[in-house]
Amino acid sequence: MTRGSRQVGLPPWLFAPAAVGALFLVLPLVAMLSRVEWGDFFGLIGSDSSVAALKLSLRTSSVSTVLCVLLGVPLAMVLARTTFRGQQLLRSLVLLPLVLPPVVGGIALLYTFGRRGLLGHTFEVLGIQVAFSTTAVVMAQTFVALPFLVVSLEGALRTVGGRFEAVASTLGARPTTVFRRVTLPLVLPGLVSGAVLSFARSLGEFGATITFAGSLQGVTRTLPLEIYLQRETDADAAVALSLVLVFVAVVVIGFARGRGAI
Amino acid sequence: MRRRAPMLTALLLAMALSACGSDGPDGSSSGTGTTTLTVYAASSLTSPFTELGKQFESDHKDAKVRFSFGGSSDLVAQIQQGAPADVFASADTANMDKAAGDDLVERDPVNFASNTLEIAVPPDNPAGVASLKDLSKPGTKVVVCAPEVPCGSAAQKVQDASGVTIKPVSEEQSVTDVLNKVQTGEADAGLVYVTDVKAAGDKVKGIRFPESSSAVNTYPVAVLADSKNKDLARQFVDLVTGDAGQQVLADAGFAKPSS
Repeated sequence: MTRGSRQVGLPPWLFAPAAVGALFLVLPLVAMLSRVEWGDFFGLIGSDSSVAALKLSLRTSSVSTVLCVLLGVPLAMVLARTTFRGQQLLRSLVLLPLVLPPVVGGIALLYTFGRRGLLGHTFEVLGIQVAFSTTAVVMAQTFVALPFLVVSLEGALRTVGGRFEAVASTLGARPTTVFRRVTLPLVLPGLVSGAVLSFARSLGEFGATITFAGSLQGVTRTLPLEIYLQRETDADAAVALSLVLVFVAVVVIGFARGRGAI
Repeated sequence: MRRRAPMLTALLLAMALSACGSDGPDGSSSGTGTTTLTVYAASSLTSPFTELGKQFESDHKDAKVRFSFGGSSDLVAQIQQGAPADVFASADTANMDKAAGDDLVERDPVNFASNTLEIAVPPDNPAGVASLKDLSKPGTKVVVCAPEVPCGSAAQKVQDASGVTIKPVSEEQSVTDVLNKVQTGEADAGLVYVTDVKAAGDKVKGIRFPESSSAVNTYPVAVLADSKNKDLARQFVDLVTGDAGQQVLADAGFAKPSS
């Protein structure tokens, strides 16, 4: 539209279900806003436990996002730019956490990295204690968020295509140079949007965390866990904290949009 | 094709909506003459109440009992929001008091059972836990419920009364979460209810401790004021508080109510 392209008319019957869909998504947020006790809002979100939860959430989600980038970029490259036997299967498996209920992810992590899990003994020998630690929170978040980065980046890689890379290569650039100077700059918007999605997903992570990491103030109790717990005794605090989470999510998405990433 | 698209959308929407509506929570189904009794009960009552529901159905051929098990505070919140329940059985008096305070119960609730805490350890008891005091040993990974939920406030009471201070590695949301951490061996010990240890079978070992008597959870039950089937609801409450009900509850590990 900004480029002056003519807008093609939509079939009119499309608008009714579109409005229903938009309302369905927006109305619950409005309902939540109407329930916020504004008079005591900062008292409710300023308690020690809430602040500790918010800090922990921001810290763990940041670390998870970095891990997602470090592991997800190579994974997306391998999936988009190579062919090998079992690649389809690998792709399906990598994307599985997208559709898996996070609780299931938590159970799977428990049986892998738990004290009596597949790798638990090895970890114990190495002196690494994952159970009930902040590391476990980061692992749970990375597990559920990694596919988001892989999906967006693989899509971006396929859209961009391999032509520029091929040209750079024929001009004598080594694979590492091609990756650094050609591929990465081309897919940067896709990478940023993938990282933002991973951050948002990490921030909202609940099921895998509570199953795998436990819940202790300042160590493993992230904001979603704190909200779920506050709801038991203080519904007002739970609503206020939910709003904080919505606010952070809006800021993150807005930031990415401003950058043209999503 | 162009003509059919809007029809198709409308049809799909109608189908989706009617699918949602067919199992609506409207209490009783009409026509067949059967009445559906909806019982909201604390999760810890799942197995004894399911059995009592079957007994009730075989005694009342025209009745069906439907359960919604959950955390007592969740259930109260749903009832306060107008959930169509006939009977409410809570795992503590505090949550029943909330319902009674809002005039949501028909008459005074009746206490029908009680429950105390027990130490749950993995079957091989790797940390060699034998008493409440052992839970305060450094290096022993103990999980408890968060103080915000009933099992956690009970754990807090026990610690206050006994002078034993537990430094848990995790404060879980529910008894199920605590049990799961113990079953999988992630934790060396957890504090849960006697009935939970019993329900878990041989997956965990229970260790009773005398200090548990300082925190006894009392379970009240009541017919709800908005029930459309009060007669039937009262009969269900009678079953729970009567001999047959008390036997089933005792088999599940519940004790008699203290008052």
